[in-house]
Amino acid sequence: MKLIILENYSQASEWAAKYIRNRIVQFGPGPGRFFTLGLPTGLPRDHPESYHSFMWNNFFKHIDISPENVHILDGNAPDLQAECDAFEEKIKAAGGIELFVGGIGPDGHIAFNEPGSSLVSRTRVKTLAMDTILANARFFDGDLSKVPTMALTVGVGTVMDAREVMILITGAHKAFALYKAIEDGVNHMWTVSAFQQHPNTVFVCDEDATLELKVKTVKYFKGLMLVHNKLVEPLYSMKEMGVERSQAKKPYSD
Amino acid sequence: MPSNKSVSDAPIVQFTNCRILRDHQLQREDLWVREGKILNPEKLFFDEKGSADVQLDCKDSIIAPGFIDVQINGGFGVDFSLATDDFKSGIDLVSQKILSHGVTSFCPTLVTSPPSVYHQILPQISVRNGGAHGAGILGAHLEGPFISKEKKGAHPEHCLRTFETGAFQDLLATYGSLNCVQIVTLAPEMRRSSEVIQELTKRGICVSLGHSVANLSQAEEAVQHGATFITHLFNAMLPFHHRDPGIVGLLTSDKIPAGRRVFYGMISDGIHTNPAALRIAHRAHPKGLVLVTDAIAGMGLAPGRHTLGQQVVEIDGLNTYIAGTKTLSGSVATMDTCVRHFQEATGCSVETALEAASLHPAQLLGIEHKKGTLNYDSDADFLMLNDSLYVQATYIAGEEVWRQDVSGM
Repeated sequence: MKLIILENYSQASEWAAKYIRNRIVQFGPGPGRFFTLGLPTGLPRDHPESYHSFMWNNFFKHIDISPENVHILDGNAPDLQAECDAFEEKIKAAGGIELFVGGIGPDGHIAFNEPGSSLVSRTRVKTLAMDTILANARFFDGDLSKVPTMALTVGVGTVMDAREVMILITGAHKAFALYKAIEDGVNHMWTVSAFQQHPNTVFVCDEDATLELKVKTVKYFKGLMLVHNKLVEPLYSMKEMGVERSQAKKPYSD
Repeated sequence: MPSNKSVSDAPIVQFTNCRILRDHQLQREDLWVREGKILNPEKLFFDEKGSADVQLDCKDSIIAPGFIDVQINGGFGVDFSLATDDFKSGIDLVSQKILSHGVTSFCPTLVTSPPSVYHQILPQISVRNGGAHGAGILGAHLEGPFISKEKKGAHPEHCLRTFETGAFQDLLATYGSLNCVQIVTLAPEMRRSSEVIQELTKRGICVSLGHSVANLSQAEEAVQHGATFITHLFNAMLPFHHRDPGIVGLLTSDKIPAGRRVFYGMISDGIHTNPAALRIAHRAHPKGLVLVTDAIAGMGLAPGRHTLGQQVVEIDGLNTYIAGTKTLSGSVATMDTCVRHFQEATGCSVETALEAASLHPAQLLGIEHKKGTLNYDSDADFLMLNDSLYVQATYIAGEEVWRQDVSGM
């Protein structure tokens, strides 16, 4: 695991963005595929809190992605399980996930794999835990009855199949979950902990998220920042791709 | 990238690098247009898997809905109250020229005239969409002749009429036809006005109060019967009095039926209304303010003498008077000038100023589902303006119909 600790939310976001950019350029511009991880069911497509709206407003409308390359689980599909199975097939057909980017919930869940989810689970329908519903109430004017109770989500196993995993964790309210994820054992009650068994994980967090970690852990990884920063500097660009690609191997591994 | 052909073959245009007026705010968003309407890009992306065919860089302009002028008597030498042989080409000329002022829809206005004039002119006015030929016509605004003698302003006294004998039938006989009439201005203190107002409202015609000496209760009664507009507030009505605010009192009246809003026209050319009065009205009832030009034939022409219906008027700078008097008669300010002056005089936000000339008139006429906004599925009538609110380009149904000449003007 690489634990990247930045000072605050903006710096953490920027580091992650640069890293993703470099990884995309290294990957090559081939048939790029994006798979979005988790989707609440029961929300109409154009509801402002649907993942479609979220992804459109925060990502797709700012980039020139071709709509055929966007695959979002459809929470309104007539047969939800078939939708999930089809999603898994599409991932396989695309050659697998190169880089999975996600966050964690305060209860340590990855995507909507709530506590108790199997660590080898695949894409399926999940009932949301009360913690998650509470956390999402703010998007529904604080009205708990309006928050969806079920979600389609990629499984822990699905994410473990990705060649690289990046988890973004910011804020003090996530600190305990981060502690459980990396300093305690692998446990299906804190599903993010599954990535301790993944060969290529990057956790990007801010100072507040480290509040529950041992000082020793934090100091160790902060000491590695000099090396870790080589992953984002130099920033590659598609135009220089030809020259840089040959030098684009990671400087070291775990 | 080509658009998905399953829904529509029409090209999709994406206007980028702009700030659009949406939900009462200037937002950094792109504007998408297809088949003359504003398109929802999210639906296009997910449902049709489509994308833009053409992308236009707007160089950081403001994009606002096209202006709607509900009171304009003519311009560029054309007088809508004059029954000439080439009336049609006159209205075409004005509708084409006002594109450069940012007006994409308007109501040609007729001042008090003899019945023969209405019978000749009204059949020649038809509701039509705008385009490269000019701004769209929403319908006529008939200002008079059922108005008060005391407040006739520039209207000719010998043509004033009442409808106390036959009420609505009198009105119909005078105008001849109400087919393409959108607004009628009348004085509510006249006998049997309530019946007339009800009948007009039933036919979807907007009733406006103006050129009147009505007191507040008469005005409120008119509103209860269906009136929704006040013609050029402050002008040609009793002044505000603290024990009887008259028509002006409608701005803060508590007798307006629930769910209804009273709108009021303001000529913000700096002459018809003192800026302080403009501010008082705006602060009292900001959501009802509708900017109008009340422009006359002399608008766009050199100073001098011009006609306004049966009268002769004289233009000197921005002032227009009945020849030889100090009675104001219409204005020569253009719509974009009014918007700028309104914004300066009230210190309001750019969004508020733009909405007073677009959203509010659309709401007044009950057409805000397709005009006056940049909401999805609305008609793509819009303007590109710079930060000082000068119009750079005018679009109707998504097509550019006027652009500021970079070299001159």
